[in-house]
Amino acid sequence: MLSSALQMLRRAYAAALRSISALEGQMLAILLAFGVGSLVMPFVVGRFGRNAFFIAALVPLAAFVDALVAGPRVMAGEPIAQSVDWVTELAMTISVRMDTLSWLLALVVSGVGTLVLVYCARYFRSDEDSLGRFAAVLLAFAGAMYGLVVADDVYLLFVFWEATSVLSYLLIGHYSRKKASRAAALQALLVTTFGGLVMLVGLVLLAVETGTSSLSGIIEAAPSSTLAVVAIMLVLVGALSKSAIFPFHFWLPAAMAAPTPVSAYLHAAAMVKAGIYLVARLAPGFSEIPGWHEVIIGLGVFTMLLGGWNALKQHDLKLILAYGTVSQLGFLVIVVGYGTRDAALAGIALLLAHAMFKSTLFLAVGIIDHRTGTRDLRKLSGLGRDAPVLAIITALAVASMVGLPPTLGFVAKEAVFTSLLEDATAGEPFGWIALVGVALGSVLTVAYSARFLWGAFSRKPGVESRRLVHEHTDFFLAPAVLAAGGLVLGTLANLVDGWLSGYPAEFPSPGEAYHLALWHGVEPALGISLATLAAGTVLFLARQRVSKLQKSLGTGISAADAYGATMQAVDRTAARITSLTQRGSLPFYLGVILTVFAVSISSALILNRTWPVEFRPWDYPAQVAIGVIMMVAAIAATRAGKRFQAVVLVGVTGFGMSALFALQGAPDLALTQILVEIVTLVAFVLVLRRLPARLGQKHGTAHGGIRALIGASVGILMAVVAAVALGARTELPISLEWATLAYEQAHGRNIVNVALVDLRGWDTMGELSVIIAAATGVASLIFISGRGVDNLPTVARGVARKTARDQLLKSRDPANSDRGSWLLAGRTLADRNRSILLEVVVRLIFHPVIVVSLYLLLVGHNAPGGGFAGGLVAGMALVARYLAGGRHELGAAAPVDAGKLLGAGLVLAVGTALVPLFFGVDALTSTFFEWDLGLFGRLEFVTSTIFDIGVYLVVIGLVLDVLRSLGAEVDRQYEEDGVHEKPAEKVASGERESTS
Amino acid sequence: MSVSIVMLAVMATLYACGVYLLLERSMTRVLLGFLLVGNATNLLILITAGKVGSAPIVADGVAPEDMTDPLPETLILTAIVITFGVSAFLMALIYRSWRLAHEDSVEDDADDIALRAGTSMVPSDGNEQDSSDTEFGTRGEAVISTARESRPRDDAAVSDAPSDDGGPR
Repeated sequence: MLSSALQMLRRAYAAALRSISALEGQMLAILLAFGVGSLVMPFVVGRFGRNAFFIAALVPLAAFVDALVAGPRVMAGEPIAQSVDWVTELAMTISVRMDTLSWLLALVVSGVGTLVLVYCARYFRSDEDSLGRFAAVLLAFAGAMYGLVVADDVYLLFVFWEATSVLSYLLIGHYSRKKASRAAALQALLVTTFGGLVMLVGLVLLAVETGTSSLSGIIEAAPSSTLAVVAIMLVLVGALSKSAIFPFHFWLPAAMAAPTPVSAYLHAAAMVKAGIYLVARLAPGFSEIPGWHEVIIGLGVFTMLLGGWNALKQHDLKLILAYGTVSQLGFLVIVVGYGTRDAALAGIALLLAHAMFKSTLFLAVGIIDHRTGTRDLRKLSGLGRDAPVLAIITALAVASMVGLPPTLGFVAKEAVFTSLLEDATAGEPFGWIALVGVALGSVLTVAYSARFLWGAFSRKPGVESRRLVHEHTDFFLAPAVLAAGGLVLGTLANLVDGWLSGYPAEFPSPGEAYHLALWHGVEPALGISLATLAAGTVLFLARQRVSKLQKSLGTGISAADAYGATMQAVDRTAARITSLTQRGSLPFYLGVILTVFAVSISSALILNRTWPVEFRPWDYPAQVAIGVIMMVAAIAATRAGKRFQAVVLVGVTGFGMSALFALQGAPDLALTQILVEIVTLVAFVLVLRRLPARLGQKHGTAHGGIRALIGASVGILMAVVAAVALGARTELPISLEWATLAYEQAHGRNIVNVALVDLRGWDTMGELSVIIAAATGVASLIFISGRGVDNLPTVARGVARKTARDQLLKSRDPANSDRGSWLLAGRTLADRNRSILLEVVVRLIFHPVIVVSLYLLLVGHNAPGGGFAGGLVAGMALVARYLAGGRHELGAAAPVDAGKLLGAGLVLAVGTALVPLFFGVDALTSTFFEWDLGLFGRLEFVTSTIFDIGVYLVVIGLVLDVLRSLGAEVDRQYEEDGVHEKPAEKVASGERESTS
Repeated sequence: MSVSIVMLAVMATLYACGVYLLLERSMTRVLLGFLLVGNATNLLILITAGKVGSAPIVADGVAPEDMTDPLPETLILTAIVITFGVSAFLMALIYRSWRLAHEDSVEDDADDIALRAGTSMVPSDGNEQDSSDTEFGTRGEAVISTARESRPRDDAAVSDAPSDDGGPR
């Protein structure tokens, strides 16, 4: 019984091992899981509320387990690598690699990530605003961070790097209603993306210099040229800005506007570690290049002291931690970037210790805030007695932070002191600077740590004690695990040494290698540790004097102020430039554009060497007469005070154009122009009937003289340009070939039409799209609620026929005195609006005109005409029906939706273009058919005619849309207004008249 | 290639008058200016066709060299119809503007004027720190202070706390 159970257990264990070993190092799959997980998180939160965080935690947990399983292989010195092609043209790959450093970071990122997500499930309430988004972003952040530490391609690294910046922006700004929160988020984003972009330049330089974008390849190559030095300095800007090292440190305390779990993750374990990671990654290859030690140790020491000093000033527990983190990041940069084997070991041990104790402390502060409603140490009292568990957890983490045995913090700090002292005594000046800086920084660390512990938990005289209510045990899970981790790993220091040894092995090791251990015996490092502890305690006990001193030393200068001033200056400059150029006046903009045009083109003309030599006064004397009329009309149009007057004068120039076209040997143009001119006039009349008769007297901002000057210079300039352009022409026009092409290949004699529907069919296709867009635009401007609301009561054919018959019968009946109607809907108009003459004429010409339009359409291929002219003629017929019989008549004449006509036209045109593709020839290729019908002669057909029919329909659709919108719908609105608001409108327009 | 002076003069006049009208504030005048500039541009294209010839229709005995250049004609034909479409759209705009605001003029943009006058807010920088020392404020689950313990509202808050344990709401 027992043995069989044991056997079963053993078998299950073996199976579990097998399935787990399949998980080993599946980094790409994990990245995918992070992506998918964060996409579905909003829905999961919608379903499960805050407990969804438990589900989210499964993803980083998988990453953690995966890294754990991969541990033995990584420790054996076999990095796990995976790679997928990304942009093959640029030799960019999605390549990931897990060596000891990446492995450690992956464990930290995924482990702390898991715990923080678990913590979130108790920190937030299910009805928190946009919790789904928050969960998704936090999970995505964890994924980006994981990707960052395992990425091997520098460009991939950069992508993840910037992704963490952007996601941290969303996380810090989670309380989006708070201004401070938004500002802090933006500040963090600007600082870190600025650094990131600088870093990108450095990475590109490195990749170019070494010829590989693989991070491990670059470090192996370790170039030391000047270019490489510059590149490394640029990369350091990115790393230091991300890790909040002076002068970029200010964003981190401001980022405390983030929810506390975010601070615990981003600002303790993850994002700020990205810069440390990169420094650690580069150190084996580049720590000897000039400038490296100066930058790393100089800025690191300064940051460590600055952060520690400022942490002593804070009253908000979270801000103490924030400045403490700045200080510790300085510490980490010094040690990790120092560049010796022992310092490297000490550095990553410290990194691990810091990730654990600092996130514990943030999480503890979160619990305090959650339960008492404040983080101000001046308001907290007696918490230690009320919340003993929390106090113990916090004390454990603080012990690791100040370096008390037997925590991991102590082990790491001993290693730091020993390695620096060793290098310093070996005659390295930087060793002394680093050692003294780190020791002083540790004194400050002890002081602010004590202050933190005292502030949070002690009983303070004169402060009401706060009562802590109902502590959920699972709320403590995350901080407890992390705090215990620091303790356990401290006692297991020699094991940790073995796990981490792969990374320091990348550095040259001259002497005997240092090993992590809980007890090294009585040696100098222990003495330094004790001294810092003692000095720190004194500093804490003398806190009132320290605080007085700090007040008297206040300089009033800070990097945050410098950032603020810079942002202010940018905003002000932008506003000033905007107000200078964006005057908000359309005539002003146009005037500027035209002036620039005139000045630049005339400068080009001045340099011109090809002036025309030949002029002719005119081609036909008639041109002179027409030209004079047009010029007089144009000038008069600018002076006209009444709308209709101006419109008619402009129309005169249009008809003049038509005449010029006819003279110039362009019958198609003449025909089309004259038709368009008539339709335009009609449309104008339809619109203008609702506007006051007089044009307003308001002119452009500029004086009339200036406008005239701009106008005249543009006009003269264009004339000169035309003359010069024509004079410079030497080549024969390509259209000389068109005659042959048109006749022999396209089977048409009218070259212009053939060009439109065949040779240059694509251009026409574009034109049709413009027309359809314009027609739709007209309809949507006039019909407020869409084309679907039909304003035209259509008349069914049967009814129409019957009406017509009845009317004919009636008109025969002499006894019937009722005035009959010549049009189907004629009787819907008021009698005073009817004109019998017009009705009769329209009745007589409508059908012939439609026939003419079809004729023009069909002969267009060989004679003047075509789809444009035909469509316009058909449109004119509709215009006539509308003018004679009103909107009901229009509905009877064209019982189709304009949109359908436009659509059908486009379908025909596109069809003509596409169908040839199916026969293996180019789009828009036309085909010619010919049938011999014996007695009836020959029937010829070119497929491009179908295209022309499409054009025909689109043009009719346009005219119909104009009529239905500007005509019928405006009528309807007029009738509506007439009933409801006519008096008011009259007053309003009357007022305008008198004021204008 | 020679140029016809009459055509040039007409074109220049149409451009000048059209630009003059375009710079006006009355939308109707702007539209008229647009039409004049459109006509002028069509003339410009026509001028580039060069010398006058017969209509570009293939017939026996007419050499391609004797025809007017068909290429500019094609361009103009396209332009004429597009101009009509666009001017119809502008008319609809004018009508809409009149119907909604009884306004037939292009007014200056209010925001730009405000910016110029300095009455609009320059977005302030984000240099201020979050002065609040809590994320929870009055929503904190615990009672803020023992001194306020007796208040009924606080009691409610306390009794509320355990129910918070529940998962989905």
